[in-house]
Amino acid sequence: MKKNDGSQCGTCDTCGKCNDQNDCGIRMYTLIIYSENIAGLLNQITAVFTRRQVNIESLNVCASSTPGVHKYTISCYCTEEMVKMLTKQIEKKIDVLQANYFLEDEIYIQETALFKLSTPVVLSNKNVSRIVRFHDARIVEVNPNYVVVEKSGMTDDILALYEKLKDCDCVLQFARTGRICITKGCVELLDEYLKVRMMKYDLQKTQQQ
Amino acid sequence: MSERVTGSEALMRSLENEGVTTLFGYPGGAIMPVYDALYDHRDTLNHVLVRHEQGAVHAAQGYARVSGKVGCVIATSGPGAMNTITGIADAMIDSTPIVVICGQVGAAMLGTDAFQEVDVIGVTQPITKWAYQIRRAEDVAWAVSRAFYIAKSGRPGPVVLDFTKNAQTAVVEYESAKVDFIRSYVPVPEWDDNVILQAATMINASKKPFVLVGQGVELGEASCELKAFLEKAQIPAGCTLLGLSALPSDHPLNMGMLGMHGNLACNVKTNECDLLIAIGMRFDDRVTGNLNTYAKQAKIIHFDIDPSEINKNVKVDLAVLGNCKDTLAAVTSLVKETNHQEWVDSFKPYAEREYEKVTKKALAPIDGPLLMSEIAHKVSEATNNEAVLVTDVGQNQMFSCKYFKFTHAHSVITSGGCGTMGFGLPAAIGATYGAPERTVCMFTGDGGLQMTIQELGTIMEQGSPVKIILLNNNFLGNVRQWQYLFFNKRYSYTPMVNPDFELIAKAYDIPSRTVILREDLDDAIREMLETDGAFLLQCVVKEEDNVLPMTPPGANVDEMILEIE
Repeated sequence: MKKNDGSQCGTCDTCGKCNDQNDCGIRMYTLIIYSENIAGLLNQITAVFTRRQVNIESLNVCASSTPGVHKYTISCYCTEEMVKMLTKQIEKKIDVLQANYFLEDEIYIQETALFKLSTPVVLSNKNVSRIVRFHDARIVEVNPNYVVVEKSGMTDDILALYEKLKDCDCVLQFARTGRICITKGCVELLDEYLKVRMMKYDLQKTQQQ
Repeated sequence: MSERVTGSEALMRSLENEGVTTLFGYPGGAIMPVYDALYDHRDTLNHVLVRHEQGAVHAAQGYARVSGKVGCVIATSGPGAMNTITGIADAMIDSTPIVVICGQVGAAMLGTDAFQEVDVIGVTQPITKWAYQIRRAEDVAWAVSRAFYIAKSGRPGPVVLDFTKNAQTAVVEYESAKVDFIRSYVPVPEWDDNVILQAATMINASKKPFVLVGQGVELGEASCELKAFLEKAQIPAGCTLLGLSALPSDHPLNMGMLGMHGNLACNVKTNECDLLIAIGMRFDDRVTGNLNTYAKQAKIIHFDIDPSEINKNVKVDLAVLGNCKDTLAAVTSLVKETNHQEWVDSFKPYAEREYEKVTKKALAPIDGPLLMSEIAHKVSEATNNEAVLVTDVGQNQMFSCKYFKFTHAHSVITSGGCGTMGFGLPAAIGATYGAPERTVCMFTGDGGLQMTIQELGTIMEQGSPVKIILLNNNFLGNVRQWQYLFFNKRYSYTPMVNPDFELIAKAYDIPSRTVILREDLDDAIREMLETDGAFLLQCVVKEEDNVLPMTPPGANVDEMILEIE
């Protein structure tokens, strides 16, 4: 996806403005962070980005598959050098278990969007339902006033649908979630980490006895 | 068998369990139940009543830095807690282990803008290693143990415990707790044998290695390991401001101080060596100068306990993670006994040049007013170089750190990363508790002293034996030096009209003396050191003296100014 808001380096294709010969190294990175479920941690994690003047493009926080462990999925545009630094500084927080960063092709990414469309326009403009079907979106609610359409997919798919619906002048509201991801690798990094930590703990206890 | 006690009593017992003997603090409304409990623990917990909460934190820092233990502070909510902020930030950037316990309004009133309520956790999170609000008396034992564990382990730092009033008064079954493991926190990364081997190989292959010694060596209690390493491979070393006493000043391989006001030889050789070995230091901009030209010719090995320091400012070729006490010993066993005599000797011409251009004039001026440098040198000599040096910030700091000599570890207490004026006096008070058997000499200026001058009251009340050496030039000297050099000599608000400091000392019942003439200096220093307890020695020094040599901010590290017209 090309960005044109001027927030990136402004000199290469990956960040939106310049050509690839002039690669500034800025990429979309996604950090997956696991922490203990403790209030106030989100603040500490986002503060690391603020201090380094990196804008967060997307953020999602939810419970993970490990009981008591929270998962943060944060995307941002920056250089690899910067993302390494961010990752280490986040991992340094006492209650953060693990932080890793990934490029787009190392993770499965999904976002969901909801569109509230005007029913009279949808009925009068045949294109709207064609667009909805073409983009594989779902209609989840219909009433005389509005139609609710749901679409899951990558950022680009969702934005493409939004642009087309906007052209039909039928969008009353639009909302998009932060991206959620799972890694493609076969090793579950968090499980490995917790296993090693518990082994260390047992060893420490045995040594103390 | 557990016993029912209040949260405040639980706090006292938990502090005792952590081995706390000295607390620095100031009471107030939201911490009164804690102070009430403290009243029954006066025999075991010695509370030092400071005159301002900032003083309490700096005192705890002085205590921690000189003793290697955790400093402990108690303050009330709102303004009390906010007054601790400067000290907490200072402890964070200088990796000093302290635990600050603040009162807070009752949990039911949190978020209602209650009297003296401030969001202490929100404010302190970015400047602490850990900040936690205790809202239930049941959590006291666990939180205190966790706080001390976090403050002391790994790379040390400050911890804040925000203690709500309801938790202070609630009654709970007290059971002691011991936190020595947190699964999300790895205080000391495990070192890797391969990395140690690589480091040793790089060191063995190097013809011109140079070691940068940081405070990490002191924090890791690795002075002996450092000495063994340097001596086996005969590697010259320079120390950062906070690492100055990690290696005895007179050690033949100690080439002096690094950085902006460091020694010429160290800075020139940083840009000439073929291998730079950084140990427990963080490549601060005051050490590196212009990063684009910093040690570009050299391979760099970085020993550190904190993975987030690696490649932060300077890109390194090899990172040796772990406690340098262990990693240095491991590397030492693999390095060859070498003799880099020619390389070590090559430092000499620069040291001589600095001596001719700067040091000679600074230590033995023929005439003119007293110089800060000669005073620092003479005080150091008069204490057999065995005293603890505490400094404030500014020219007094640079001169005293440059010309004081050290024979023991944990002998220099100064505000490095934060550069907090007003740090000196309270930190020196804390140091007298952390090392009661040692002489504590505190160098300060007329500016910095007045930032926390109220702590003279603490000295009076406690009889703290702080030797205060006031280098009075009636100027904010360091800013004036920069105005002279970089702002066309426009002395914007740096001259100071000062009070009669001897009269102030008298009011606080502290003996004092003022020295103006060079011939009186030795006798005045003798009188100061022979006097029992505190003493204020006011030295009237040259008004417009400059700290030299100097690397201008942003310049290449080896481009030092030796003389100013």
